[in-house]
This record gives sequence, C-alpha cells and structure tokens, in this order.
Amino acid sequence: MEAIASTAHVDHGPNLRQRLAAKGFDAVTLLVVPAAIFSLLLFVYPFAFGFILSFEPKSGGWLANYQRFFSDSYFYDTIANTLGLSVPVTLLNLLLAVPVSFRVRLMRRQRLLTTILVLPITLGTVLVAEGLLNYLGPQGWFNRTLITLGFIDQPLRLVHNYWGVFASLVITGFPFTFLLTLSYVTGIDPALEQAAATLGANAWQRFFHVYLPLLMPGFAITFCLSFVQAFSVFPSAVLLGEPAGSTRVISIAAYQAAFEEYDYSMASSVAMIMGFVQLAIVVLVLASRGLFYRGPASGAKG
Amino acid sequence: MTIALSQFNEVRLDRVSREFGALNALRDVSLTIQRREFIALLGPSGCGKSTTLNCIAGLLPVTGGAIWLDKNRIDTLRPEERGFGMVFQNYALFPHLNVRQNIGFGLKMRGIPRAEIDRKVNEALSLVHLHGQENKLPGQLSGGQQQRVAIARAIVIEPPLVLMDEPLSNLDAKLRLEMRAEIRRIHNELGATTIYVTHDQDEALSLADRIVVLRDGVVRQVGTPKELYEGPAHLDVADFMGFRNRLKGNVVAVENGRALLDVEGMRISGVARETLSVGSIAYAAIRPDDLVLGEAGGNALQVRVDTIEYRGREFVGTAHSEGGLDFVFRAHQPVELGSTVHLQADDQRVLVFAEPIKGRK
Repeated sequence: MEAIASTAHVDHGPNLRQRLAAKGFDAVTLLVVPAAIFSLLLFVYPFAFGFILSFEPKSGGWLANYQRFFSDSYFYDTIANTLGLSVPVTLLNLLLAVPVSFRVRLMRRQRLLTTILVLPITLGTVLVAEGLLNYLGPQGWFNRTLITLGFIDQPLRLVHNYWGVFASLVITGFPFTFLLTLSYVTGIDPALEQAAATLGANAWQRFFHVYLPLLMPGFAITFCLSFVQAFSVFPSAVLLGEPAGSTRVISIAAYQAAFEEYDYSMASSVAMIMGFVQLAIVVLVLASRGLFYRGPASGAKG
Repeated sequence: MTIALSQFNEVRLDRVSREFGALNALRDVSLTIQRREFIALLGPSGCGKSTTLNCIAGLLPVTGGAIWLDKNRIDTLRPEERGFGMVFQNYALFPHLNVRQNIGFGLKMRGIPRAEIDRKVNEALSLVHLHGQENKLPGQLSGGQQQRVAIARAIVIEPPLVLMDEPLSNLDAKLRLEMRAEIRRIHNELGATTIYVTHDQDEALSLADRIVVLRDGVVRQVGTPKELYEGPAHLDVADFMGFRNRLKGNVVAVENGRALLDVEGMRISGVARETLSVGSIAYAAIRPDDLVLGEAGGNALQVRVDTIEYRGREFVGTAHSEGGLDFVFRAHQPVELGSTVHLQADDQRVLVFAEPIKGRK
C-alpha cells in the first residue's frame, strides 16, 4: 500500500513552485507587492471609504445625498459646466496638437521645441492662472495692444469668466496632449506615407486615408487622458473664472460641501458622481476605438 | 489582361545630382531607360542606388540635373503626380486595410468607379496568385504574400515605370529565389518597364536586361549582365562580379591589350581592362572558378592551403602566399591543409586593372 501511495505522490509531476512558474508566477512576481500595497492604501481604501461614506448622509435615507444633488440645479448644473469646459478644451488641444506634431516630427531640433512646449506643465496651474490674470486683464498687455492697434475700443472681458478658464486649460493642457500625440504620430512608419504618395494620394488623402485611421486609437487615448485632466479643473476655475456662476465646476461643488458645509458625506457623493461622469465619457470614447484598426502602425511584420 | 501599363519611349536621367550632407550624394548620374527594359541598380550600401530610385519616384528632390519621361520633365513633379508604381523594401502595406483595399488604394485615390476598381484588383490578384487572401490584413500574411500584395498594389495603377527598392531583402533564401522568378514573370506578362535596386549581384545578373553599377554616387559601368560579368570595366565592378582574388603587383609589360604583372616575384599575365603604364601599380583580378590547382610555370602562384570546403561537385579552398596575399580557389579533389600547391589561371581569364583613384575606389 505504502509503495502505491508514494508512486501516486510522484505522479503529481512538477512541484508547486514549477507549476506556478509555468503560469507566470515566480519570485519576480513578488516585485508587484510594494505597488499593490501602495495602490491599496492610497487608492482602493480611500475610494472604498468615500464610496461607502457617500451612502451615509447626515440626514435622510442612504441615497439622500444623490437625491439632493440631482434635484438641486445648483448642484447638477456643475456637471454641464464642467463638461462645457473640459470637452471643448480637450478637443481644441487635440486639434492643435495634430498639425504641430506633424510639423515637429520632421524637425531636427525636436528636443528644443519639445522642451519649450512642455515648460507650461512644469510651471503649475496657479502660476499660469496668475500670469493670465494680469496678461488678459482689462489693463493687461493683450487688451492694451488690441486697443492701441485700434481693433477694439473697450477692453475685452477675458478673465473672471468662461474664457479665462478656457485659456488657462488650453495652456496647461496642450503640452500634455501634444507630447502624447507626437509619440503616436512618430510611431507611424514614414514609408506608409511615401507609399501612399507614389500611389497618387495627395497630402489630404494621405492624412485621411493613412494617418488618421492609424492614429484614431492613439487620439482616443490622448483624448481620455487630457479630458480627465481638464475635467478635474479647480484652481483656474476659481482664480480665472466666476466660481459662483458659469465656471462653477463640479470640483468646486465638492470643495464647498467638504470645507464650507463640513458635509464629508455630501462631498464624497459629489466626488463619486464626478468619477462616474468621467468614467462614462472615457468608456464611451474607448469603446468607439473598436470601430478602428488597432494593430501595429508599421508595415506589418517586415 | 486589361492591366495595360501606360506606354512611353524612354526615361532619361540627365546629370542627376543629389546632395545631402556629404553622405549618399549622387554625382551627375546620366542614364536612359528604354520602354520594357528591366534595369538593375547594383552597388554596395551607401552607393546611392536607393537615392537614385527615390529621386525618380519623387520621394527625394534632386539638387541638380533633370529627369525626363519622353518630352516631359518630371523631376519637378510631386510623387503623386508622377504615377510610378513603387515596391518598398519593407513593403509599406497599409496595416489597417485588407489585401483588396491595399491593392485598390491607388485606384480609389484616382476616383475610379467602384466596379472598375473591383475588376482591376481581381486581375491584379490573379496576376500575383493571391486569390482567396483578399480579405486578410497585411499582418495576417506571410512575407512572400505581403511582397505579392506590394507588387500588385504598385502595378494595378498601370504605371509607366515600376520601381522596386530591394524588394527581396526581407525574405528567406528559398522564397527569394521564388519571388525573383515571379518578379521577372510579372514584368514580362505586363510588358512593364522596371527599375530594380539591389545589392545582390546574383539578383541583378539573373533579373536584369541591363545593370547599372553605382559606387559613391557615381555610375561606374552600364551593360548587359553578360558584358558586366565577363568584362568589368573597373576593379570595384570586378569585385562586385565575383572576382574575389585581387592580386596587387607592378606592371612589367603592356602589349596588345595584355599586361604582365610582377606579383611578389611571380609573373601573372592577363587582359588589360584599363590603360596601364609600365612600372605602375595594378591589380590582377581572378574568379575563384578560374583559379585551379596546376603546375609551377606560366601564370602559376605558389601558395599554402588554409581551408578547404566541400561544395558538392567540387571543393572551394582558401590559401595565402608567402607575401600574405589571400586566395580563393576551386579544386576537384580535397587538398591537404597546410600543403604548398600551385594555383594556375588561364591568362584569358585574368583581368588587369589600374589602381583605383583614392577616395573613389
């Protein structure tokens, strides 16, 4: 009996370690642990905490916060305000980034130009906002120049409204969008454009039939990442916009709930709604990628 | 067959130059290509052969000279206005379009009706034997199939000129031989005019009607494969045509188109291919096939055998002389390594060249 039992044991074949390794788990897998702990402590736990908190309102039933948000236009208008800023800004940034990337792709001094364009990222939103406040203000250079040149009689109102925030989001968002776009554009084999040219495609046809279809998936990712950044706008909406009116974005609503009403539960609900709207847009955009070719953008295997 | 290539009489490159930096420059390349010719541009990498092709295609602007298609100057036209079909080294198939859409791309850009595109694409598909694959994406095809798509895509627009840039260099050896035959078959069936860039002399010799040997951006020799194979005009062309033995020596005598060289004290006689003067340095070039075991005496060299390789019907050996010259030779029987033998060459098969001018070897 014993002999049979021991053979049966041998028949198990490779030991646990080998079996795990065959499935891709080995000692190297342990390197994931710090990142997993980090994300658990700093993302998963706070998120779950906020999620549960949002269903424990100060008064009323467990959905009271959400009912309050969607029945009060002072709250639910913030979704439209935020989308009204972030979607056009993201689209404009993407629209600007594409031609610039196409030009920069051909340049020798790419590094220098890229550095200059990326500078606004390092400056921070607040510095840009303060700068714009002066530059675009009624006594700022921009208006004074236009008046001096005789284009306008009265200074344009460019700050403390929608356009102030818009401008600041373009300035701080563009470099990020541009860098991502540039990496996608340079990832496309230039021989494809040459091939299209020898086949009789003019510049526009080459863009629409070769570049655009190959770039769409990249543009979708770029749109999502840029959009999420713009959607969480806060400092410039307060400093450059009219935080009580047209640029009362959703993060201001969350801030007020948390630090003016001291209603953390309500603030959590607003944050959850904010996250949900972002997620909805991102899922929508990424799902539409399925309509396009998503394989490698070079000339196949080669 | 309704794929009817647009016809013309000749394409003429008139002192075409291309400078970018100092590299890959073309210097005064003049060449006339007749209708239905298969021309191979042959040369080592960096010789300007691809540059020449790109200048003809319009992908690179020329910096001097002109290119003519009959009476029309074309070097000022954009590539999309020239309408030449081009096959790229990495095929450059559109990865997001299937085989049918790839082949039909050029026709679609010309605004040709759908039905006619379909008809022409079908013909192109059968010409390159690709029926049944038309709905696959390039990534799902093998290298050879991708190559066929690239060729079909270039010829379906009925170009007066088909340009091929090392189209076989990404294929394995067996497929390369197969596709080589295919390319020549398609060329013949269509009555096409083809310019084919390669660094492989076997490809050039077997495919082309005429070969243009380029080096450092300069045309070194133009001729039929036979002319180039048997009578290379310069040492570097000979190098490319398989004259692997080059023996440096001094010219002892020149007479009736023949030259006598002193190579390390041994006398070698051969056909003078360039103007030689007595006392100058010259090179005797001999193919391994023409260098065989022999006796001491006329046109023989004493060498020590280094290696011997079995090649089926015969043996190929390497050897060196006392003075350090290296030799590659042919033998019918194995030779003992390290033994001293005499290698002999028929003096009709030895070509003698002047020393190449420095910087333009």
